[in-house]
Amino acid sequence: MNNINSKDYRKYVNSKIPKPSYFKNCIWAFIVGGIICTIGQIITNFYNNVGLDKEDGAAATAITLIFIGALLTGIGIYDKIGKRAGAGSIVPITGFANSIVSPAMEFKREGYIFGVAAKMFSIAGPVLVYGFGSSIIIGIIYYFITK
Amino acid sequence: MAQKKIGKQTVKFQNPPSIISTASIVGPKEGEGPLKEYFDIILEDDLYDQDSWEKAESKMLEDAMKMAIKNAKLLEEQIEYILAGDLLNQIISSSFAVRQLQRPYFGLYGACSTMTESLSLGSMIVDGGFADNVLCATSSHFCTAERQYRFPLELGNQRPFTSQWTVTGAGAAVISANGSGPYITHVTTGKIVDPGIKDVNNMGAAMAPAAADTIIQHFEDTGFNVDDYDLIITGDLSGIGKPIAEELILTKGIDISTIYKDCGIEIFDGKRQDTHAGGSGCGCSASVFAGYLYKELKKGKYNRILLVSTGALHSPVSANQGESIPGIAHAVTISNVIS
Repeated sequence: MNNINSKDYRKYVNSKIPKPSYFKNCIWAFIVGGIICTIGQIITNFYNNVGLDKEDGAAATAITLIFIGALLTGIGIYDKIGKRAGAGSIVPITGFANSIVSPAMEFKREGYIFGVAAKMFSIAGPVLVYGFGSSIIIGIIYYFITK
Repeated sequence: MAQKKIGKQTVKFQNPPSIISTASIVGPKEGEGPLKEYFDIILEDDLYDQDSWEKAESKMLEDAMKMAIKNAKLLEEQIEYILAGDLLNQIISSSFAVRQLQRPYFGLYGACSTMTESLSLGSMIVDGGFADNVLCATSSHFCTAERQYRFPLELGNQRPFTSQWTVTGAGAAVISANGSGPYITHVTTGKIVDPGIKDVNNMGAAMAPAAADTIIQHFEDTGFNVDDYDLIITGDLSGIGKPIAEELILTKGIDISTIYKDCGIEIFDGKRQDTHAGGSGCGCSASVFAGYLYKELKKGKYNRILLVSTGALHSPVSANQGESIPGIAHAVTISNVIS
């Protein structure tokens, strides 16, 4: 078996893999992502109605959604939503909360320093690094274009 | 002169050691699967009253070992060697499990192939006359494996169809120079076959060529035919790897399809239990062997089987560095009669 050509073998293996139903997955992601955004809009409207201005209302909405995402992760519901929704529940800010709370919970047993604190950003970390990095680059470009 | 070696990779025992007892413990999900009636203990909670998953896995393995010794009607002092392994870094589950037993211990790592690795080496120790009673055991736990190899349990991600579900389970067997079977008559030790698969979510495809290689070599070395076996069962090739192994073996003109099964497919009901390609982990072939296979051999449903545990010998480090997954498979012939 050591004379297996890895390129041919990979091709052969790919022909054996069941294909995911992209259309169905997209619909799920669209619906769940849409519901999360609608909930966010309801929360924003609520904060605006109780007197917060646009900027403060947006910040309060983000805080509320992060709390909901973290709570649903803690009680073991968010991963079940994510299983169906895929990107629909990963992309919104609730997904970001999930990606930080889930490793924090998982590694609590290793202590608060080397467990919770060290592992907390193991999934969200790359998003932050490249998010900050690309915003700096775009900021510099913007500065020179508008100068 | 190696008198017991036949062919390139196979050992034929002169005084085949007997498997005098087994014990199996599985988690709640495995306990809802099609083989539930065969397991000795089904955990209600996969934490097993411990405060970490790692401790739970270790306790499961320790209890399986103790139960196998008890079932063999032996005292712990009569076990001359323990051969055990698991999936965790530095095989902590096994080493911590044998702490209390105070018996001579060899720690093994063969990833999911560890069950047949330990049975192979255990039989060689017994047939070689180095010991009368050897304990072989392995375990795996879904939650410890997930956090080491993949993502936190509560992360809301999607698992691909090719991914497998690590079995929460432990299996142990006592091999003895004295006993009335089932006997371990032949052992074919596999070599590493790396077909260049890099997708850690497709371990079945990475291991299938290794399994095919070992099975083909076994037939070549022993001169057996497919008809000599009632069952050929691989460890955890599952839904993707099993048909590939079958086809690869068929290219050598050996058709095993009628008697071929896979522990990873048997242990779960893939559709109902949503395990995607099927089960995996050291505990997969260990619990299926110690539970289902051993009991059916005893009852006489099977008289001679070939157990081929399969291992994917990668680590999270090698996977992140873009290395392919080396596969391995060790085959053990277990028979009610000595041929």
